[in-house]
Amino acid sequence: MTEGSGGKPAFRYRVAETVVAAVFFALGAIVIFDSARLGFGWREDGPQTGYFPFYIGVIICVSALINLMAGLAETKEKNRSFVEVEQLKLVLSVLVPTAVYVGLIGWIGIYVASALFVALFMRWLGKYTWWKVAAVSIGNSLVFFLIFEFWFRIPLPKGPLEALLGLN
Amino acid sequence: MRNLFERVAGSMVAMTAMAALPQAVLAQAWEPTKTVEFIIPAGTGGGADQMARAAQGIIAKHKLMKQAMVVVNKAGGAGAEGFLDVKGAQGDPHKIIITLSNLFTTPLATGVPFNWRDLTPVKMLALDQFVLWTNVSKPYKSAKEYIAAAKAAGPNKFKMAGTGAKQEDQIITAAIEQLTGTKFIYVPFKGGGDVAVQLVGNHADSTVNNPIEAVAHWRGGKLKPLCVFDPKRMPYKTKVTDTMSWSDIPTCKESGLDVDYLMLRGIFMPGGVTPAQVQYYVELFRKVQATPEWKDLMERGAFNQTSLEGKEYADWVAREEARHIQLMKAARFIAGQ
Amino acid sequence: MDEIQSLLQGFVVVLTLKNIALMFTGIVLGVIIGVLPGLGGANGVAILLPLTFSMSQAPGGTTSAIILLSCIYWGALFGGAITSILFNIPGEPWSVATTFDGYPLAQKGRAGAALTAAFTSSFVGALVAVIVITFLSPIVAGFALEFGPPEFFAVYLLTFCAFVGMSKEPPFKTLATMMLGFALAAVGTDPVTGTLRLTFGSTHLLTGFDFLIAVIGLFGIGEILLTLEEGLAFKGAQAKMNIKVVLETWKELPKYWLTSIRSSAVGCFMGIVPGGATPASFMSYGVARRFSKDGDKFGTGIVEGVVAPETAAHAAGTAALLPMLTLGVPGSPTAAVLLGGLLIWGLQPGPLLFVEQKDFVWGLIASMYLGNIVGLIVVLTCVPLFAAILRVPFSVIAPIIMVICAIGAYTVHNSIFDVWMMLVFGVMGYVFKKLQYPLAPLVLAIVLGDRAESSFRQAMLVAQGDMSVFFSNALVGSLTGLALFLLFWPLMSMLWSKLRRGI
Repeated sequence: MTEGSGGKPAFRYRVAETVVAAVFFALGAIVIFDSARLGFGWREDGPQTGYFPFYIGVIICVSALINLMAGLAETKEKNRSFVEVEQLKLVLSVLVPTAVYVGLIGWIGIYVASALFVALFMRWLGKYTWWKVAAVSIGNSLVFFLIFEFWFRIPLPKGPLEALLGLN
Repeated sequence: MRNLFERVAGSMVAMTAMAALPQAVLAQAWEPTKTVEFIIPAGTGGGADQMARAAQGIIAKHKLMKQAMVVVNKAGGAGAEGFLDVKGAQGDPHKIIITLSNLFTTPLATGVPFNWRDLTPVKMLALDQFVLWTNVSKPYKSAKEYIAAAKAAGPNKFKMAGTGAKQEDQIITAAIEQLTGTKFIYVPFKGGGDVAVQLVGNHADSTVNNPIEAVAHWRGGKLKPLCVFDPKRMPYKTKVTDTMSWSDIPTCKESGLDVDYLMLRGIFMPGGVTPAQVQYYVELFRKVQATPEWKDLMERGAFNQTSLEGKEYADWVAREEARHIQLMKAARFIAGQ
Repeated sequence: MDEIQSLLQGFVVVLTLKNIALMFTGIVLGVIIGVLPGLGGANGVAILLPLTFSMSQAPGGTTSAIILLSCIYWGALFGGAITSILFNIPGEPWSVATTFDGYPLAQKGRAGAALTAAFTSSFVGALVAVIVITFLSPIVAGFALEFGPPEFFAVYLLTFCAFVGMSKEPPFKTLATMMLGFALAAVGTDPVTGTLRLTFGSTHLLTGFDFLIAVIGLFGIGEILLTLEEGLAFKGAQAKMNIKVVLETWKELPKYWLTSIRSSAVGCFMGIVPGGATPASFMSYGVARRFSKDGDKFGTGIVEGVVAPETAAHAAGTAALLPMLTLGVPGSPTAAVLLGGLLIWGLQPGPLLFVEQKDFVWGLIASMYLGNIVGLIVVLTCVPLFAAILRVPFSVIAPIIMVICAIGAYTVHNSIFDVWMMLVFGVMGYVFKKLQYPLAPLVLAIVLGDRAESSFRQAMLVAQGDMSVFFSNALVGSLTGLALFLLFWPLMSMLWSKLRRGI
């Protein structure tokens, strides 16, 4: 994680601090905006709907500004690598498939998507043999199917495969 | 000539009969082909939740349905989450929803776009009663005395605790205010049980709890009922406390407070379903209502057992909607008003 | 000693082979429910209600039915700690505070010790609460009646002040995340006026941001991303896996007797009020950190940091059954469903339940003793098994954890949008942790935000805007005073030490 490990930095701390502070500021501004619409006064019977959110938004914006200043004021030696290119690649190599996985849930159901996701992960990052991959990924989905659909009767999203098997 | 007429007429009858036959068979034949989702537009533990789960239990116990039934709570946005879900499931016969008054109040108070006309009415199960309660330590003997005391104290002195904001409890409070001209401080709480305990602890002056929410404290000698918001007295004559039964509680009208309010506990389906599918659920819930367990539940909760179906039910819902619009307009509860 | 006699009577009712079997079934189911974030305790109990419905019709059946359901509840209380410790994913809301020290302990290779400490202190907390229920229920039950809106607000304020003190993170970062938590808690329906706020016309935002989704994302997904950076391995792989770990940990536990007593008291108080198990665990963790001599080591992985929240959570979860039985007020969503169960079976909770349904009530209380002993035996024998999960290679367990998280997020509102939100929270957790934005205040703010706001505004309605209501009687006054004292304690102690140095 330190500069000493020698990787090329993808982002430095100053960038990360600035972006996060800016996001905070934006969120705070949205909150203030909607609270102002709802009314943020203090009437005789107590605060209105927007009263608390309004001041929460104000505090978020103020602290975001202070954090932004602090971030920009980071000295050269403290402005070390936030994440190195190699690390970022690793993180993204999981984050992107996960996002695809979440996107697939709506299309092909959570069980098939999960089996594919586990399989991909095991094969790609773990380099397991195909039969192990198949056993774990399909077994995992089957166990969850039994627990949720069969025992606890909690319906999870299902897709064409389950429809084909008449399981939904 | 006559012969021909008869033949034509006869064949027409036969044709209609033939056309009607498959339909009649279908009406008999439709049955759920997969798990039925029973949606509750309220949180776990509330009145609607209890009724839905009791119905589910009865259906499971007596094997009234071949497929399974799962109960799903979708309470977000004062029930809007559940209603929008059913509205979006146009034509899906494997989804039913139990309603409470938020069927009317939520779209009016929040402006969330749905209306009961987006759904298909199936069957009214029962109507839930509301009773005006006070703490036994208070001197009021009747609703009349209580209202007189509230009037004498002036506006914003008496506290009415209730469940939720701009829902049934607050609407009843508003109706009382509109009738009597006094003003209560309405304090919203999360659940009916909390409301009753606030009254027992003397943190509020009155509530309009449902019978089942307050009966334990009534029997425990902590709360007393003043009147019921039903045009007729409740029919249950079994003694609940040593001296009183549900039917001994006067109606509010009798006590000079001409407000009535009953809450719908009914079943709806998504829009665009076939009559045969609706009929299946009507039959199903008729069977549920015939079980001793259901009758038991009705008596324990002192429900009004009015149970409508078909057009009568739809008409009732339409009337009730109009009444809610009028009450909520007068109370300025409507979104953007 | 009427109670002892009634209790013995209760044991007679409970001690049948069938009931003991039901206890084991309930506990095992409960542990599964507690482990999987998708199956809340409330969920599990709710789903089994219809099943118990027919059970309750048989003679003595209501007792069997409540034994099954309450054992699921105990099991879920035990089980919530498992994933918190192993993977930093709280299976239940009340085990969030357990992650603060439980997960670092597991990373040090002491997962077995953390699990043993968690289970044992859960048991101790429950035991204290059951004893309170057995002997003090008539006195204690009335106590909850004293609590109106101002008192509830004071309790939440106290929780908050007990937990948030001087943290190591930069103060404005702490403030920013905390306020973000409050803002997220405010999304949805305003509890007092019923208006929608911060939803911007989106139907997904109607439901607000559920605490569980934020926690799964921030802690669970965020942690996996952080682990990835450092290569593909869980650090706890060298965990000890034999049953000896249990005995070794037990030798260590008596050292924390003071923390246990304090946490049990906090838990019982929060359960009876009822303030809930989740705030109880946070409050207890905060108080322990402040008063322990190892206070500055909290959060780095010490056993005491597991003992405090677990004892309080389980004590509160158990004590919450008292207001449920005597007043019909559920202290938690799970208790709410149990309450619904009682009503469906034809039992009316309330002051008369103890008089009219003696067999049932004392049977239930007896089953609390037995159920927790059974629970402890079940989970402790499984400690080596649970710790062994950490030996599963990362590339197998990580995707499975992701799947569990996705299912957990989905089931909260049955919405895929929530799964996306979980992913967003995951990235947030990863970035925040690296930038020293603390996560705990954010989570606490989401838990307490809307409750604190509704109590505050209810109090303002009742008092017509008069702030002095928070000091209007001895109870609320002392709660508020204690809260303010705890809030300013770090400041005062700093001033005090400065003053002394000055001299």
